[in-house]
Amino acid sequence: MSRLQVVSGKGGTGKTTVAAALALALATEGKRTLLVEVEGRQGIAQVFETEALPYEERKIAVAPGGGEVYALAIDAERALLDYLQMFYKLGGAGRALKKLGAIDFATTIAPGVRDVLLTGKACEAVRRREKDGRPTYDHVVMDAPPTGRITRFLNVNDEVAGLARIGPIHNQAQAVMRVLKSPETAVHLVTLLEEMPVQETADGIAELRAAELPVGRVVVNMVRPHVLDEAAVRAASGDHRDAIARTLAAAGVTGGARLVEPLLDEAAEHARRVELERTQRAVLDGVGVPSYELPFLGDGADIAGLYRLAKELRKQGVGA
Amino acid sequence: MTEKAGAADGPDAGEGPDAVDGPDAATGPDAANRPAPEDGPGAAGEGANGLDRPALLELDPLLDDRGTRIIVCCGAGGVGKTTTAAALGVRAAERGRRVVVLTIDPARRLAQSMGIDSLDNTPRKVDGIKGSDGGELHAMMLDMKRTFDEIVEAHAEPERARAILENPFYQSLSAGFAGTQEYMAMEKLGQLRARDEWDLIVVDTPPSRSALDFLDAPKRLGSFLDGKFIKLLMAPAKVGGRAGMKFLNVGMSMMTGTLGKLLGGQFLKDVQTFVAAMDTMFGGFRTRADATYRLLQAPGTAFLVVATPERDALREAAYFVERLAAEEMPLAGLVLNRVHGSGAARLSAERARAAAENLDEGRIVDQGGGKAGLGGSPATEPESEHESRPESEHGTVPEPNDLATAAAHPVPEAAPTAEPAQETTDVDVRHLTAGLLRLHAERMRVLAREQRTRDRFTALHPEVAVTEVAALPGDVHDLAGLRVIGDRLTAGRTPSA
Repeated sequence: MSRLQVVSGKGGTGKTTVAAALALALATEGKRTLLVEVEGRQGIAQVFETEALPYEERKIAVAPGGGEVYALAIDAERALLDYLQMFYKLGGAGRALKKLGAIDFATTIAPGVRDVLLTGKACEAVRRREKDGRPTYDHVVMDAPPTGRITRFLNVNDEVAGLARIGPIHNQAQAVMRVLKSPETAVHLVTLLEEMPVQETADGIAELRAAELPVGRVVVNMVRPHVLDEAAVRAASGDHRDAIARTLAAAGVTGGARLVEPLLDEAAEHARRVELERTQRAVLDGVGVPSYELPFLGDGADIAGLYRLAKELRKQGVGA
Repeated sequence: MTEKAGAADGPDAGEGPDAVDGPDAATGPDAANRPAPEDGPGAAGEGANGLDRPALLELDPLLDDRGTRIIVCCGAGGVGKTTTAAALGVRAAERGRRVVVLTIDPARRLAQSMGIDSLDNTPRKVDGIKGSDGGELHAMMLDMKRTFDEIVEAHAEPERARAILENPFYQSLSAGFAGTQEYMAMEKLGQLRARDEWDLIVVDTPPSRSALDFLDAPKRLGSFLDGKFIKLLMAPAKVGGRAGMKFLNVGMSMMTGTLGKLLGGQFLKDVQTFVAAMDTMFGGFRTRADATYRLLQAPGTAFLVVATPERDALREAAYFVERLAAEEMPLAGLVLNRVHGSGAARLSAERARAAAENLDEGRIVDQGGGKAGLGGSPATEPESEHESRPESEHGTVPEPNDLATAAAHPVPEAAPTAEPAQETTDVDVRHLTAGLLRLHAERMRVLAREQRTRDRFTALHPEVAVTEVAALPGDVHDLAGLRVIGDRLTAGRTPSA
C-alpha cells in the first residue's frame, strides 16, 4: 500500500474517524504509522479521547496485533520556523520575522505558503529514515481538508513552484509534488450513501484525476444494515396491521395496537432510505474507483467504535 | 405523535419520580410506559434528564420582524447550512419579505432549484415563490475572484487596476487562498446591504477550516494591512529614513534579502509590485471590513448556529456560541438539523430487541392462540414460494444481497382466517414484525445517542434557544423541499426530543 495515505471527504462524513481507523489498521505487527492533522482542529485528540496534541510526534495508540500509531497536529507557523531553522539556521531571524508579522503573513495570507508547509511536513515524515536506513514510519495517514478543497490543497506546490520560480521554496515545492504525484501516495475520499456527499465525491475524483493526483479508494462510511425494504413495508401496511398487533402482543410487547402505526412509519422511512442508498451506490459504481465499506455505529464513533472500524478495514485488505 | 400515556411529560417532568434516570432514561426498564416527552411551543423548563430544557427558537417572528435585516447561518461543514439558509429565504419571501440569499458553495442541485447554477456573482430572482404582499426571493452564489476583481476595478484607475489584475501574486491570492473566501463573503454582504434593494439578507458562511474563520479572516487581513511587515515590503527605505533608524534599516534590508533568498527574487518583486499597486486601496478595504464587522454586531443582525446532533458538529456550535458572545454579536439560537424522532418512543430499544428475539425463536410470551408451534426460519423456505409471488402487488423484486429477508417473502394478501394460508401468514408476519422491532431498536439507540450529545451542549449553553428539524430520508433540491424544511424549522420540537 502507498506510504502516504491522504483521507478527505465532505464535512460530516466522518473523515477524521476514518483516517484514525486507517492508521490503526495499517499498524500491523511491528509496523508504525503516523497520523497527521493539518487543520488545527484537534480532531485526532477528540477521536482518541486524549488531551490536545502538541506540535510533536507522540505515540497515541497501540493497534491490535502490536503495531504503533503516532500522531502529530501540524501547526503551520511552527513548521515554518522549524523549516527556517533547519535549512537556514535562522533561529533569531525567525523570531524577528515573527515580530514583524512576516510569519503571520506567510502562514495565513500569502497564497499557498501555509499549505506548502503542511504538505511539506507530511512528505518529510514519509521520507524520514532511521539510522539503520529503515523508514521511521511505515505509513503516514493524513486527515486532510474536505473534498471541496483537497485538489487545490495537494496541488498548491505546483502553483507555488510557479509563483516562486527559483530559490529553496521553489525546490521544496517541487520535491513535495514529486511525492504527491507518485504511487507512494493514495488519496481516499470518504462518503455517505447520500446524494450530496456522493456528488461531491464524484466531482472530487474528477478533479484529482485532472490534476494527476493518485486516487486511492472511496470509503463508504456509516453503511446501515438493510432490515426491511419497500416491498415488505408495502405488504405490511396492507391488511396486516391487526396481524402485526397480535404478533407484537404475542412477543410480549404491551399496547402493541398503538405501536403498529409508528413502527410502520419508521419502517417506511427506512425503506425510502434503502432505495436512496441503492441509487447512490449505483452512482458510485459508475465512478469506477474501488471502495471500502464501513458500518454505521449506532452508539457513535467512540474508541471501541474506532477499533471496530479498523478491524473492518483489515478484513477488507488494509495492512495485508 | 404518541398520545400522552401518563402525567410525567411536559415541562414539569423533572419533578416526576422517574426523572432522575439521566439522559439514558428512555432506554431504562420502565421506559415503555413513559410517553415521549413533549412540551408546548416556547416552553422552557426542566427536562426529563434533569437539565433545564432550552427555550424554543421561534423563527417565524424573526423572519416577520421588519427590523431583522441580516440572518447569518454558521456552523461546521456538512450540517446543512446552505439548505437552512435557502429554506429560510423561501419562507421569508413567501411571508412577504424581499429577500436575497447569499450562498457560498451550494450543492449543484440545490443551486439549480433556485436557478443560480451559473456563477455570475449577481443576485437572480427565484421563480416559483408564492409570495404575498410583494414578497420576493433573489439568490446568488459567491464568486470570490470576481468579487475581488470588482473591488479592484471599482477603486483603482483602469491602468492601475490592470496592473493589479495581471500580477501573479494577486491572481493566486484572489483565486482563493487562506481567508480570501471568508473575506469576500463579508465584502459581498456589505455590498448587498449597501444596495438597500432587499429588506432581508440571508447569508450562508464558507465551508472553512474551522467555522470561526469567517469572523477572523477580515481582521487578519486588516492587521496584515496595518502591520509593519507590509510597510517594510512597500518601502524599506522609508522606515529607516531617520538617522536613529539606521541600524534598523540594515536589519530590514537583511530581512528582505532573506525573504528574497527564500521565496526567489521574482516572487518578492511580485508581492512588492502588488502591494504598491494596492496601496491606495488598502484604506478602503480596512474601512469596509470594519463597517461589515460593525454591521454584524448591529441589532438588525441575527446569527443562527446550525448543527446536527453529532459530537463534532455540536462542539463547533458551542465554540461559535462562545465566540459570538465574546464579539458581542447577536445570536438568535441554534438550528438542530437531522434530528431523529420516534412515534413509538415508549417502546425501549431493549424491549424491542427482546421481543424480536422472542419472535425469531418462536417463543410466545402471551396466549398466542396455538401459534407456539410455528417455529422455523422463513429464510429456508423453498424457492417456489418466491416464484408464486404476485408481481403486480409487490412491485420490484428485492435484490438477493439485501438483508430484507422479510421482503423476499412478502405477506400473501389472503385473509388471516383462510385456513390453508394461516401457517405461512403467521411466519411471514412474525418475521416482518421482528424486522419492525429491530429497526425500532436501532432507531431508539440513535435517539439515545443524539440526546446524550445534545445534553452536553445544553448543559454548557442552557441560554441558547433551539429549534429542531426532523431528519428527512433524502436530500432537498427543489422549492417544495425547501418549503418542507421551512415548515419543520418553524414547527417546534420533534415528538421524541
